Amino acid sequence: MSDSAHDDDHVYLSLAEGHDDGSDARWAFGTGFEDPLHGVDTTVPEGVDPVELAATCVELADDALVSAQRLAEWCTRAPELEEEVALANIGLDLLGQARLLYARAGQVDGTGRGEDAYAYFRDADDFRNVTLAELPIGDFAFSVARLLVLSSWRLAHFERLAAHQDPVLAAIAAKGAKELTYHRQYAAEWAVRLGDGTEESRRRMRTAFDQVTPNLDELFTAYDVRSEVVEVLRQVTEAAGLTLPPVPPAPGAGRDGRHTGHLVPLLAELQSVARAHPEATW
Amino acid sequence: MVSVTATAAEDVRRALSIAERVPDPELPMLTLADLGVLRGVEVTGDGTVVASLTPTYSGCPAMAEMRAGVATRLRAAGYARVEIRTVLDPPWTSDWITPEGRRKLTEHGIAPPAAAPRGPVTLSLLPTRRTVPCPRCGSADTEETSRFAATSCKALWRCRACREPFEYVKEI
Ligand SMILES: [Zn+2]
Repeated sequence: MSDSAHDDDHVYLSLAEGHDDGSDARWAFGTGFEDPLHGVDTTVPEGVDPVELAATCVELADDALVSAQRLAEWCTRAPELEEEVALANIGLDLLGQARLLYARAGQVDGTGRGEDAYAYFRDADDFRNVTLAELPIGDFAFSVARLLVLSSWRLAHFERLAAHQDPVLAAIAAKGAKELTYHRQYAAEWAVRLGDGTEESRRRMRTAFDQVTPNLDELFTAYDVRSEVVEVLRQVTEAAGLTLPPVPPAPGAGRDGRHTGHLVPLLAELQSVARAHPEATW
Repeated sequence: MVSVTATAAEDVRRALSIAERVPDPELPMLTLADLGVLRGVEVTGDGTVVASLTPTYSGCPAMAEMRAGVATRLRAAGYARVEIRTVLDPPWTSDWITPEGRRKLTEHGIAPPAAAPRGPVTLSLLPTRRTVPCPRCGSADTEETSRFAATSCKALWRCRACREPFEYVKEI
């Protein structure tokens, strides 16, 4: 029919047009944050415990939201512009996953809460993210090691969740797995490049692996994907000419709401605008 | 306005042709149909037009724009009741970009995606020799400069033959 967009088919046509019902009113691209599950069948299938399903969604959403916030801290600070763009993109994928998961939790936990209620109006004790996600960004090597661990762990779990009885969670996981594959690849390549690089980059990468390994047991307590994750870490450390430090037993804390002192200030920044203007629309 | 004599089938065709032409906000040379985001259009018994869209990436900020774009144009065409449905399953794949969409991307200096992998991808750290032909000069002598670019769906490449940088729509 048409070869290209017509003049009157301007991409932002809908921004300029007001509607009587106001439902589509947005003032700029990306505003009008509506339900990311808009128009999705919200039924909870027979045999799925809604309370458990909501808790599962919130845990996974909290991991993603807190990780996205840490990744965003690299904006203007990354070693190269390309890396800044990469980390921001990875954060954006995770933020998208968090939004979908919070929205699903709100549909099934009986509260009817929207994504903002979970992201902005819960305190640190209510967050269920694993503590590794909330640690400060450290240097680039630490952020790479953490991204490698978290993306491998989440990917292995998402591949299983894609067969979950709840079709919405299954679909979010199937989609997310494709994105996480890119995140893992990115982190793995950087870990090899740094580990196999200069004396200084090698020292930093080795230190970074030493720093993340004490947090691994918490991840494996949450999801039984130890063999997949350890296999990836072995593959990467070997290619980087490093050795994977032993994984000390340190069962979870974040999933029980017990966090490091780093989560409170992270949330204070993340939530400050929403809490200052609780009625605001974006 | 919608003719009262229009048959249901004609009505669906007309609504579809309107929805199909909505441009993508981030790749405006493509329509939502070219991109494979528009999954279908139906008209229910009470005359509601239901358009189904599948998001490209979980965090794609253009999704709200796409929904609004389709709804605005359908309303402007006289459909009073419009409903936009998000379809998450199956997830969007770059394989859904139509041949027409691929042609338009190339024409605008953006390399279209290679075939997407099926099923779980294992981590590979071996040097990969992938070829993404330069959309400007066609040379295969190109290299990736960044796997992430201005939008979620693209990577940055450059051509060693004509020296031009170009974007590549990632296979996913
Ligand atoms: Zn070229």
